[in-house]
Amino acid sequence: MDSLITLMPEFWKAAGETLYIVGFTLFFGGLGGLIVGLGLYLTRAGSILANKPVFVVLNLLVNIVRPIPFIIFLAAAQPLARMVVGTGIGNNAIIFTISLAASFAMGRIVEQNLLTVTPGVIEAARSVGAGPLRIIFTVLLPEALGPLILGYTFIFVALVDMSAVAGYVGGGGLGNFALLYGYRQFNPVVTWAAVLLIIVLVQLVQFLGNRLARKAFRR
Amino acid sequence: MPTPSPVVELRDVSKVYPPTVKGGAEVVAIDGISLTVDAGDVYGIIGYSGAGKSTLVRLINALERSTTGEILVNGQDIARLPERELRPVRLGIGMIFQQFNLLGSRTVAANVGYPLEVARQPKDERTARVAEMLDFVGLSDKARAYPDQLSGGQKQRVGIARALASQPGILLADEATSALDPETTHEVLDLLGRVNKEFGVTIILITHEMDVIQTLATKVAVMDQGRVIERGDVFDVFSNPQQPASARFVSTVVKGLPSEGELAVLRDRHPGRIVTLAFRDSSVDQARVFGEFAAAGITFEVVYGGINEIQGRSFGHLTLALTAGPEAVRAGGADATIDAVLDRVRTRTIVTEVR
Repeated sequence: MDSLITLMPEFWKAAGETLYIVGFTLFFGGLGGLIVGLGLYLTRAGSILANKPVFVVLNLLVNIVRPIPFIIFLAAAQPLARMVVGTGIGNNAIIFTISLAASFAMGRIVEQNLLTVTPGVIEAARSVGAGPLRIIFTVLLPEALGPLILGYTFIFVALVDMSAVAGYVGGGGLGNFALLYGYRQFNPVVTWAAVLLIIVLVQLVQFLGNRLARKAFRR
Repeated sequence: MPTPSPVVELRDVSKVYPPTVKGGAEVVAIDGISLTVDAGDVYGIIGYSGAGKSTLVRLINALERSTTGEILVNGQDIARLPERELRPVRLGIGMIFQQFNLLGSRTVAANVGYPLEVARQPKDERTARVAEMLDFVGLSDKARAYPDQLSGGQKQRVGIARALASQPGILLADEATSALDPETTHEVLDLLGRVNKEFGVTIILITHEMDVIQTLATKVAVMDQGRVIERGDVFDVFSNPQQPASARFVSTVVKGLPSEGELAVLRDRHPGRIVTLAFRDSSVDQARVFGEFAAAGITFEVVYGGINEIQGRSFGHLTLALTAGPEAVRAGGADATIDAVLDRVRTRTIVTEVR
């Protein structure tokens, strides 16, 4: 217990780093997921920008990347991170890798959420002359907003999960903190403290997500 | 009367879908249809599900693209027009749907204003037009409501307001009343009638319900397996359908000739002679026909049939069970008297004797 108290500054710093990583990956990964998801949705057969080659490639890519265990993906994508971010280690490198993995995971969720929009509504928009871009922003995304918010809430938990292994590539965060000061120093109380904070964080976001979604659903 | 000008003209239009399974057969949804819709028409297209009605109506605003043929909308062939150039065409064609297809994330007012947004109309003009349309469909008090707070009939009225917001000259109605109960159906049909009369909007409506055609349409085309098998003025098709499929549709709303089964029952109940008389418009004077029977001392009972009215004109079939009174029997025998009367009636209308 005493060691936890002396570790408090480290603990809060780690919490801050988790928020930093999760915040940026939610933004970049979320955006990437939206693009991938829209791509899948729009290019599938019968959709407004139906394009079989693009759909097949995108679909294959998602199916390849998604099942790779993240810790292996992290190692495998390190050269790419080095190319894009300039470094293969540290918080920024892991933000890139998580964002990449999350884009594909979220892409599938976005695609599924968009499929809940009734095709008739899109047809109605087409019938008044709306083009694809307008349909995306005034029909697809607003109509699927409720499920999309829930989807992003869901992916938030996955991001927290992925951020926990940041320590392997020289990043920080609560995962790193728990392993470094708790697990390796045989101090379960420290680990549990990290677990507790993560639970609180996830609960808070889930609560917020549910409320926002309910507002979007208007029920 | 000025010669009617066609607003929609289909010339030998086909729509073929590629096989759904590899090596399967192509699906011919529309099989060489030519059709002309004049300005001010309420043109009903009727057929069983799968006949190709939905595809046909979607060819007119190019939601579906035809495989071959020309589709002229206000004189312009839109069949090969690229998607981009379709916007002004589509703004001139409103469409309403069976499932209403309102945007659930927008209020009633924002739904009605949507086509105007697409047309990039300034906001104040938009607001005024939306208010005008909501007033027309009687939903001004629901402007701020969301679609899921409305009843089916109200949703369709919002659909109509939205479809007409951009002041189109043509309205496509895709089974617009099929999801509504009979009373609400009539409200919506009345509204569509007003749209046609007050705004002069040409309406093309597809339905599988003959009473929708009867109530609203001036012309009708009967579709079967991707082809138009019969077409014409509603009165002509209703009073004298030429094709078996048309006759089946007509019989759902018009009680005309008794079927074989019904005839058997009638014969059981009425041992005497049974005849069916056709009445059409003013060409047959009912009073005179019945007068002939009375004059010869023949009484009758109407056992089947009815007189229908469409667009202010009447037609129908009446099946009569005849009984010769004592006077007629004295005058030369029951059968002979009845034969003589029927001969006279035959000069006025078609008589079918049921044995």
